[in-house]
Amino acid sequence: MPNLKDLRIRIASVRSTQKITSAMKMMAATKLRQAQSAAEAGRPFADRLERVLAGLAASLPTLDGAPKLLAGSGRDDAHLMVVVTADRGLCGGFNSSVVREARRQIAAHRAAGKKVMLVCVGRKGRDQLRRQYGELIIDTLENITRQGADYADAQALGSRLSDMFDAGEFDTASVIYNRFKSAISQVVTVRQIVPFAPPPPEEGGEETKAEDNGPKAMYIMEPSEEEILADLLPRNLSVQIFRALLESYASEQGARMTAMDNATRNAGEMIDRLNLTYNRTRQANITRELIEIISGAEAL
Amino acid sequence: MADDKVRYEVVVPSEILLSEEADMVVIPGGEGDFGVLPGHAPLLSTLRPGVLEVYDGNAVTRRLFVAGGLAEVTPDGCTVLAEEAIPVEEIDREEARQRAEEARQAYEAAQEEGRPTAEKVLRAAEAYLVAAENVRGKA
Repeated sequence: MPNLKDLRIRIASVRSTQKITSAMKMMAATKLRQAQSAAEAGRPFADRLERVLAGLAASLPTLDGAPKLLAGSGRDDAHLMVVVTADRGLCGGFNSSVVREARRQIAAHRAAGKKVMLVCVGRKGRDQLRRQYGELIIDTLENITRQGADYADAQALGSRLSDMFDAGEFDTASVIYNRFKSAISQVVTVRQIVPFAPPPPEEGGEETKAEDNGPKAMYIMEPSEEEILADLLPRNLSVQIFRALLESYASEQGARMTAMDNATRNAGEMIDRLNLTYNRTRQANITRELIEIISGAEAL
Repeated sequence: MADDKVRYEVVVPSEILLSEEADMVVIPGGEGDFGVLPGHAPLLSTLRPGVLEVYDGNAVTRRLFVAGGLAEVTPDGCTVLAEEAIPVEEIDREEARQRAEEARQAYEAAQEEGRPTAEKVLRAAEAYLVAAENVRGKA
């Protein structure tokens, strides 16, 4: 039989945990609203840029002389992965699911005999990948997935990647992040960013415009197609990274809200159970004491 | 009325900044400024850091500093995708001067391979400063 004092202490402690989780849930819900509108506001730019690029790329007669960011470096030896996670935990499977996908990709690329490099955005991803793949991590960026993510951060990373690519340090690159679908659903997404690949059809919000990819060839180009591509492709890197940051942040808040909602509910159930035990124990004690008194009186 | 107006949108990475109609939009293209009137031939152009001007009647109703991106013109209107876009009147002159100064130093400090990037940054910063100075000059 657990004693009453211990039970009281436990109930108090679960209660205070519940207060914290429910506060976190409410904070996540507030942040989610802003983050979601930021993520949605950021989609048009990325979608349109990709659409124009896809159109341009399709209209090029050959890939000869095309910028390397489109045509590839001609080799396929080194792969760079940008793994976007959160800086903080307590958001359910959010970080783990990205890391799990990253591990899978690393294994696949390694099995194909490629060298893999990792850039971790967010502390949690770094922490989880460090033990197994510490030597692959070339950099970690912290505190750039946050409320009102700054395009300048994405730009810094984007131009760094494009410099590294120009220097021949990697041949292909992808971004792994949680795409925000709804508050309760985040989809782990792998996007190839180098060489440029047209977006898979199910992604993005502006699908209605997908069909006008065809007549792109009729555009007057100023300057030439190649030059436009050379100017836009490096920018596209930054834009795609920026998109990943926004989507990831919104997903993080959504995941945290769900996780904390569950935690609050679980804590409530636990409190109910502990209260029941507490009351039973108390009653049992009273009964026992009564029996002791009565049988003591009878013995006299 | 809708026929003699041109629809234009200015989109930055974080949002759609403007989506309006005007009589003419003058865009700082990579190969020189060009004006967009209704029914313009389809055109794709890069952007040069500079000032985008929106005309209604004969007056300029909006002036925006834009940098880095592209302009897509269709007969229905035009879309400007810019990495950076800010109404000229909101530019802080002091900040612009500082930015130009920093860019110049970065350019001078840049090594061989960093030069082209630093030069682009410097160009944008200088155009930014020019935009800031001009608006004060006219006001």
